[in-house]
Amino acid sequence: MNMRRILDRVWLGLAVAAVVAALAPLASIIYYVTVKGIAAISWNFLTHNFDQVGNNGGIANALEGTFLVVALASAIGVPIGLLAGVYISEYATGRSADVVRFLSDVLVGIPSIVTGILVYSAIVISFPTPFNGYTAFAAGVALGLMEIPIIANTTSESLRLVPNSLREASAALGIRKWRTIFLMMANCLGGIMTGILLATSRVAGETAPLLLTALGSTQPFQGWFNAVETMTLFIFQNGTSGTPNLVEQAWGASFVLLITVLGINIAIKLVTRRRIVFV
Amino acid sequence: MYSEIEGISVKANSDSAPAVNTIPFDAERHPIVEVRNLNAWYGAQHVISDVSMKFKRNHVTAIIGPSGCGKSTLVRCINRLHELVPSSKLTGNVMLDGVDIYGKQIDVVDVRRRIGMVFQKPNPFPNMSIRDNVIAGWKLAGVRDKKRLDEIAKNALQQAFLWDEVRDKLPNSGASISGGQQQRLCIARALAVEPEVILMDEPCSALDPTATAKIEELISKLSENYTVIIVTHNMQQASRVADFTAFMYLGKLIEYDETPRMFENPKEELTERYITGKFG
Repeated sequence: MNMRRILDRVWLGLAVAAVVAALAPLASIIYYVTVKGIAAISWNFLTHNFDQVGNNGGIANALEGTFLVVALASAIGVPIGLLAGVYISEYATGRSADVVRFLSDVLVGIPSIVTGILVYSAIVISFPTPFNGYTAFAAGVALGLMEIPIIANTTSESLRLVPNSLREASAALGIRKWRTIFLMMANCLGGIMTGILLATSRVAGETAPLLLTALGSTQPFQGWFNAVETMTLFIFQNGTSGTPNLVEQAWGASFVLLITVLGINIAIKLVTRRRIVFV
Repeated sequence: MYSEIEGISVKANSDSAPAVNTIPFDAERHPIVEVRNLNAWYGAQHVISDVSMKFKRNHVTAIIGPSGCGKSTLVRCINRLHELVPSSKLTGNVMLDGVDIYGKQIDVVDVRRRIGMVFQKPNPFPNMSIRDNVIAGWKLAGVRDKKRLDEIAKNALQQAFLWDEVRDKLPNSGASISGGQQQRLCIARALAVEPEVILMDEPCSALDPTATAKIEELISKLSENYTVIIVTHNMQQASRVADFTAFMYLGKLIEYDETPRMFENPKEELTERYITGKFG
């Protein structure tokens, strides 16, 4: 073998090794969480609320809290994110477009704890409630703020991939701009949906901003202006409790959260593969 | 004003009289569209300089000229599509039936419904059926009456000589038919909103000769009811379909005349050199 072939092999070997190094921790996380978590899973675990002392406790209240808080986040993040994305792609021109696009990119990268402390100072300490201002509402706002730039970016990128010839075809037919934009969005619905699901799965797994807003709770949902439990807070609090059966429940909750996020990602794959027909 | 191009020295005539021959010819009477002192820019690039011309009602006018001469931009100014390009600029007037379409009180949507357009590449909406493509202009303007929409679709497809070929596959995707059929679908889509003028920007350049022949036949028929302004780089096509032909070069209108006269006896040396294939 000559030198070039040897070098070729070496590079291939290094690349394969890098892939293994990257995938090994991921595989071991999934394996470990599944093995540890599946032991805790039972119908009882999924349908019962948290129980500090007994062994019959479950994650029903945490699931409910996560679902509601993420729903509020999406109710805030989806419309604002979509409109911002439409503005960036379809209305902004020249310098203002560059500025808004740059800001949106920066916002995606803001550490979630920073968003958390912002909402903490703007909402939590400003509006005292029975739980010192910690509320499900504040948690939804924090996660919603995180969704906005993700959805804005994916929406504007998706819209920019729609050929300009379709925009001109629509304009030339005398179709109003806002209807043209709807038509363009229909042409890249897969990309837009992906962005929404991506944002949802990203915030569903957040913990840091929730520590500063939702606080956590042993109770089921008590309304938007009370503290609330979420899956990630459940894992954080019970996983570090040192009590064996609670630690085991944290593993169970981790497994459920992992499956949920995995499920959303599979949904993204399905959405992007299928061509959505929309009239 | 003109630079030396491929060894041809062109007289500088922009500062004195306009290059267009001033002998009145038939296009002067009954114009539907009139362009007055039109100038257009993309950024700092001056792509149309001081073009004035009239387009005769219910006739076909071809605009020919080498690539980059501004012929596409000229038609894009006539339905105000030019202004969609960021950094574009325009001065002058475009009159439709004597009304300036760039006037302050004019709704651009009305202009574009009266002046339809067919593009270089067929651009049916890929996420719509054949039927929905044809009626897109109505549906997206809020018309919901199914029976009326069906009638409009059938009528427009018949006018575009496409009905017999697609009548059994109206629910299929607009992108599922051949390129030539897609272009006639786009013509049907433009006709469906009942415009008075149809702009065509090199509508056959992406099509094979058979499909081209069909579109040309269609253009001749369309001039019975519509005013057609067609941009083409194909001089044979211009001589086949157009009643009048305009020759543009470097953003200026060099010559504009009845098609036979233009091709047999051009007045400008530049026109003659172009149509005899000496440059372009």
